Order: sequence, then C-alpha cells, then structure tokens
Amino acid sequence: MLNYIWAIMILIGILYAAFTGNITSVTEAALDSAGEAVSLCITMAGIMALWMGLMEVAGKAGLIAKLSSGIQPFLSFLFPKIPKRHAAREYIATNFIANILGLGWACTPAGLKAMEALAGLEKERGNPEYVKDVGKRSASSEMCTFLVMNISSLQLIPVNMIAYRSQYGSVNPTAIIGPAIVATLISTVAAILFCKVAAKK
Amino acid sequence: MNILSNISNIIIPALIFYIVGYGLISKVKVYEEFINGAKSGLKTVVQIMPTLIGLMVAVGVLRASGFMQFFGGLFGNLTEQVGIPADVVPLLLIKMFSSSAATGLVLDIFKTHGPDSYTGMLTSVLMSCTETIFYTMSVYFLTAKVTKTRWTLAGALFSMVISLIVSVIMAGMMT
Repeated sequence: MLNYIWAIMILIGILYAAFTGNITSVTEAALDSAGEAVSLCITMAGIMALWMGLMEVAGKAGLIAKLSSGIQPFLSFLFPKIPKRHAAREYIATNFIANILGLGWACTPAGLKAMEALAGLEKERGNPEYVKDVGKRSASSEMCTFLVMNISSLQLIPVNMIAYRSQYGSVNPTAIIGPAIVATLISTVAAILFCKVAAKK
Repeated sequence: MNILSNISNIIIPALIFYIVGYGLISKVKVYEEFINGAKSGLKTVVQIMPTLIGLMVAVGVLRASGFMQFFGGLFGNLTEQVGIPADVVPLLLIKMFSSSAATGLVLDIFKTHGPDSYTGMLTSVLMSCTETIFYTMSVYFLTAKVTKTRWTLAGALFSMVISLIVSVIMAGMMT
C-alpha cells in the first residue's frame, strides 16, 4: 500500500512542479524535509523514551495485567457471545489496553492473535465456512465489532501528536489531551452503538 | 473548557506519580525498569526514522510543487463551510490508507499553520481519535482469511465521521 502512495506522491509532485515551474523549490523541499525528519526524531526520542520507560515500570508492576482483567466486564458487554476464558478474550483485552496506552507495537500482534482466536471460535461454533478451509469466509459479528473498535481508536494519551506539537513550537503541546479524550470517547460510544445495532440484524 | 484544560494539564503528572508509586509499592526496581523501557523507546524511534525521512520528503516535494494547494482548493470551498480547512482534506483521505503517510501531512500542517492554530488543533484532535481504516482491515482480515467483511467498513466510516464532527467542535472550542 505504502509503496504506491509514496511513489504517487513523489511522481505527481515532480511532474506537477515541472509543469508549473516550481522545480527548483522541489529540490530545496526534498533536502530540507530529510533534515527536518531527523530533528523531529530527536524531539520524539526523548518523549518516546519517557513514555516507554513508564510503561515498562507499569508492566513489571502488574498494572497492565490488572487493567486487562479490569476491562473484562466491558468485554462481556461488547462481546456477549464469546465464552468466558476463551483465548479470544485475552487477546482482545491485550489489544484494547495497548491501544488505550498508545503502545502501537503491542496492538497489532495481539490484534492478529485475536482475529485467529475469533476464527477458531467460529470453527468451534461449527460455522461451515470456517470448518472447511475455503477461501471465502465472511466475518463474524465479533470480528466486525473488534475491528470497528480498533479503527475508532481508543488511545488515551496521543503521545506522538504531543511530540509533533512540541517540535513545531506549540505553547502547550499537551493541551490536546482533554479534547482528544472527549473525541475518542464520543466516537467510541458511537462505534459501540453502531456495532450493537448492526450485530442484531 | 476549563475542565478539559485541567485534565490536559494534570493527566501526565498524575499518571507518572501513579505508575512510579505503584511500581515502588509492588517492589519493582523502578529506575532500572524505566531505563530498560526507555531503551526500547529509543529503538522504536530509530526504527521509524527512515520511514519518517521518506515520507516527509514525499510530502515536502508534493507541497513545494503546488499540487497540495491545487488539490485542497478543489474541495476546500465546500469543506471550509463546515469547518474543515482545505489543507485537512488530503489528510483525511490519506489517513484512511496509511497512518505514517498521514504523519507526513500532519507535520506539514503544523509547519505551515502552527500546532496551536485552528487548523493545527483540528489536526491534532482528529489524528488522536482516528485509525487507518483500510490498512487495519486488510491486515486483520487477511489473518482470519476473511473476504466478506460485512458491516466493518460502514462502522469504521461512521465512527470516522463522528470523530470528524467532534474534532471540529473541539477545535472550535480550543481556539
């Protein structure tokens, strides 16, 4: 995906510049942007190191495990048909918590495991599309709900955004935390309602 | 608005206090573990550095060519009526496909408008409450070998529209 997006951006940029006579500024922009990316990473390095350091402490202290068991009632509400103690629940919990804490690297592996476990659940339920290994499976309601929740974003503290804002001279880089939490909450509640209604059909 | 800015100001110190305090009570070697985590944080940044260079160069080229203004101008008149500046339009589109490509555009917006402007605030809040739709769907469904995705896309788009509306309201309140 990114291969095409990246190539298209560069090719269109250069072609458009050639036709509109902006080609010299393209040279400048390319060189400047490369340097800027490096200085951005230096700002980000500090913030990311701080955040990941705290998360390591939280993980070792058992806080993250505590959080995963804390959201079990919420998972029962969201996925009433997944049996208690099913592996899918654990992976979904890990994925949600990683999302909430902004641990991007931990979201995807747990999320993919959750999808496999949900496919396993369909097999246990005797869904013919899943019992036989055919190419055309349709998503279970749980899968749809899980993905919509993932896409609606659950992140509590937008660590990256704060780093970018401070790099570009924001007076108060963390000012967006409150509004971001409100926006995330509202869009997540909307997503939950949507999933509840759609799953009933 | 005061409540929101209070939350924004207090949440990080409160979180740090809670985590370090909890760690100490649970007899974790807090400082050593912090250092270990910080190391992996630095590694993550080093890993994304090449990606960021590639994408920022691409966005820089696209912007300098004048194409972004041309593209934003196509829809800008319409979207500005509902509080979405022309520069945010390409961001909305790209965010559906790739999170890192969107980052390139976000930085460009911060550079031109400043992170505290209305456009900057809208971008900040919007990027904090949305995720990449098509990337997530393709990777996750591929794992489960699912081809019929039923109402996933509709749900994802619905939640994105809600995010957009709330972000516009929030950005208006903040600036």
